[in-house]
Amino acid sequence: MYNKKLNLVLLGLALVAPFVLYPVFLMKVLCFALFACAFNLLLGFAGMLSFGHAVFLGTGAYVTGYVMTTYGLTPELGILAGVVMSALVGLVYGKLAVRREGIYFAMVTLALAQLAFFFFLQTPLTGGEDGLQGIPRGKLFGLIDLTDNMTMYYFVLAVFIIGFLTIYRTIHSPFGQVMKAIRENEPRAISLGYKVNQYKLMAFVISATLAGLAGSTKALVFQLASLTDVHWFMSGEVVLMTLLGGMGTIWGPVLGAAAIVSMQNFLASGPLANYIHVLMGVVFVICVLAFRNGLVGELQKVIRKNSG
Amino acid sequence: MATFFDINLFALFGQLLIGLINGSFYALLALGLAIIFGLLKIINFSQGALYMLGAFAAWIGLNYLGINYWWALVLVPLAVGAFGILLERTLIRPIANEDHLYSLLLTFGIALILQGLFTHWFGSSGLSYPMPDELMGGTRLPFMYLPNYRAWIIVFSLLVCAGTWFVIEKTRLGGYLRAGTENPRLMQAFGINVPLLVTLTYGFGVGLAGLAGVLAAPIYTVSPDMGSNILIVVFAIVVIGGMGSIGGAILTGLAMGIVEGLTKYFYPEASNTVIFLVMVLVLMVKPVGLFGKEA
Repeated sequence: MYNKKLNLVLLGLALVAPFVLYPVFLMKVLCFALFACAFNLLLGFAGMLSFGHAVFLGTGAYVTGYVMTTYGLTPELGILAGVVMSALVGLVYGKLAVRREGIYFAMVTLALAQLAFFFFLQTPLTGGEDGLQGIPRGKLFGLIDLTDNMTMYYFVLAVFIIGFLTIYRTIHSPFGQVMKAIRENEPRAISLGYKVNQYKLMAFVISATLAGLAGSTKALVFQLASLTDVHWFMSGEVVLMTLLGGMGTIWGPVLGAAAIVSMQNFLASGPLANYIHVLMGVVFVICVLAFRNGLVGELQKVIRKNSG
Repeated sequence: MATFFDINLFALFGQLLIGLINGSFYALLALGLAIIFGLLKIINFSQGALYMLGAFAAWIGLNYLGINYWWALVLVPLAVGAFGILLERTLIRPIANEDHLYSLLLTFGIALILQGLFTHWFGSSGLSYPMPDELMGGTRLPFMYLPNYRAWIIVFSLLVCAGTWFVIEKTRLGGYLRAGTENPRLMQAFGINVPLLVTLTYGFGVGLAGLAGVLAAPIYTVSPDMGSNILIVVFAIVVIGGMGSIGGAILTGLAMGIVEGLTKYFYPEASNTVIFLVMVLVLMVKPVGLFGKEA
């Protein structure tokens, strides 16, 4: 399934997509796809369910927004600042959270995320309920003006590809193999001499860093960083994207993000606008009850059955 | 007014009282979570939504069906418990043998549905529920003014918590429950109907959330997001206390309410976050929780 031909076709589609579809919508999909991929690295490959991943998205968005607005940095430096800060928060939160496992891990990450939510709400740096508005996109490397949506789209696509390849390499590295071993049988990994908590922490930090990259990029796309980005609902949304697309698959989170963002865009203008949360809840319930492998996982099953 | 080392006792006791009330709600919700976790090994993410449901059920009962506060206090927990039993039988039971993370996600989905529906039906601004006539007014104590309804919340929820603790720790039924927590298969072999026990436990744990909702209706705004806000705090409390002991969940809930109240007096900026900070501290010092047992 992951052969070169398919990847080239997808790349080709991504390159021509903004001529067919609204570029801002596509950029939103790409940002959330990267966010979901980063989350999936943790849940799908290390078996850790974080219920507070919005913190890293939000930290990236707020820090990038703040330095771009206040210091007028170029976008690559703004994103770098956001990503570094997300990595640091990921290191601190990860150190605390890996002390617990399973559902306790989920509760700890959720509670830590709420702590960060109140910080972003109360600190004078973030504009409180209004958030940071009118964040300038700036000129990439001081040369390329990103104000135009088409230019911005190709920049976001490049960021997404870098992030996606990082995750792909991580999963297929020896480190990724150890991660999967821990997911499958943690006591065994310990008895084989792996320092399990250090591997878990590393996975957590990588995931947080890339989630921060998604948040920083998103802040530039929408020129906005707000409390929505750090709210627990956002943490739930990324879980849903990954679950719907197929956790533990490479392309699942991308598909899941595209599906959820499309659903939200489609519903936002229709008569069902009030029911978005209800529908997301319904999708959650259906996924868990009938569809645990997600879209890509089920597709893989069908393909395997037909070929074998 | 009495001041002591620059401390305004009147305000301090006022905040302590509010802390104790919040603590009562934390204790009720944490107790429900702990009971459900004990037997089902799942974290019920919809506990907050069912607390919200309890408050709304009381409001609807009063405004449309003429059910007064006292009847609501009896009927709403039963109704919410019955609703919980329905959820357990139809949705949670089928995935009981899967990874417990799935049941967490399932109950999260249920919470989203409930919160979304009530936001759609009643808006997000919230409704008010009148205080029952019998509990209007208050008592003037030497150091503070104690509204009767607030005293009632504390006394009543403490009684409910203590009663639940007694039933679980000291009676035969509680013995079954504790044995089921240890080894459900052996229990089944001894002829105890474990699936029924699981269903009833879930119904009871959820009923406690409904009860907390009715108690909360007259003093908090009845709004669709009242459940999600409190639930995250209760999760932190459950991490602090550890879910190994019923008494531990109750005590931690009350203690954290008081800690929050004290923080509101001494350093109000941190009152939203102090419980999470305590959780961080506990994770650093004793990761299994204050009452937790090493796995």
